[in-house]
Amino acid sequence: MNWGSWENFLAMGGYGLYVWGSYLVTLVLMVVELGLLARRKSNAIGRIR
Amino acid sequence: MSINWFKYSSPQTFFPLAGRLALGFGALAVLACAAGLYLGFFVAPTDAQQGESYRIIFIHVPAAWMSMFLYVVMAFWAGLGLAFNTRLSGMMASAIAPTGALFTFIALWTGSLWGKPAWGTWWVWDARLTSELILLFLYFGFMALQAAIDDPRRADKAGALLALVGVVNVPIIYFSVKWWNTLHQGASVSLTKAPTMAATMLAGMLVMSFAFWFYSIAAVLLRARCIMLERERSSDWAAQYARGAA
Repeated sequence: MNWGSWENFLAMGGYGLYVWGSYLVTLVLMVVELGLLARRKSNAIGRIR
Repeated sequence: MSINWFKYSSPQTFFPLAGRLALGFGALAVLACAAGLYLGFFVAPTDAQQGESYRIIFIHVPAAWMSMFLYVVMAFWAGLGLAFNTRLSGMMASAIAPTGALFTFIALWTGSLWGKPAWGTWWVWDARLTSELILLFLYFGFMALQAAIDDPRRADKAGALLALVGVVNVPIIYFSVKWWNTLHQGASVSLTKAPTMAATMLAGMLVMSFAFWFYSIAAVLLRARCIMLERERSSDWAAQYARGAA
């Protein structure tokens, strides 16, 4: 699959909103989950001390 | 040589192992994700009917698989805890629920964004979509029920009952496209017949499935570590760990 240019890649043949809307939300949710886990761990350690 | 099967069944010994495993599976997740996205965006061809919109498949299908699979694993641990009263089982079930809910939401969200260009609607109340939405509510119900009960052992028991009753929904989701006339298409990949898609598309989807698997294992183990620290906060090993982490 050769997209030719960044514009074509981002446009996704006119479906950019749907494709990138899916991938972006997935990425953000995963990063948020890992962030929440890091916070939960430091809170748990804080309560032990 | 005798194997001590219970060596890692106590939080004290499982905690450091879970940390190492989470790191390893996290690294595998990043590698598999990079490979899967490369296959999905640079190797797999454009779909003849759907154009580029089909590329949502590389996260939609793996997320939907994970949402169902994680529920079964959660119910398994919950049932094990209910039957044998093992400490770690309930912690594992609680650790799985939020990640399961995450993948259920991702499956619904990406499905909606795919449904608009493919079907002309964000949502329909067909059997597949509705039963997947019920799965999300089962995860939320499990988490809310456990959060509402202060005593962790009682929370585990109540949650286990809900998880086990709710597991009936998983085959309903899976077979919904066969049992009812749904707008959602039937399975493209199944154990009984050849996949109905191009080999490179299938490869991208499978590699992304592995990536989500590895991510789930890492996230669940990290959360299990938090739960162990919270529940065992008055134990010596937890105090020792907290001192070391300072």
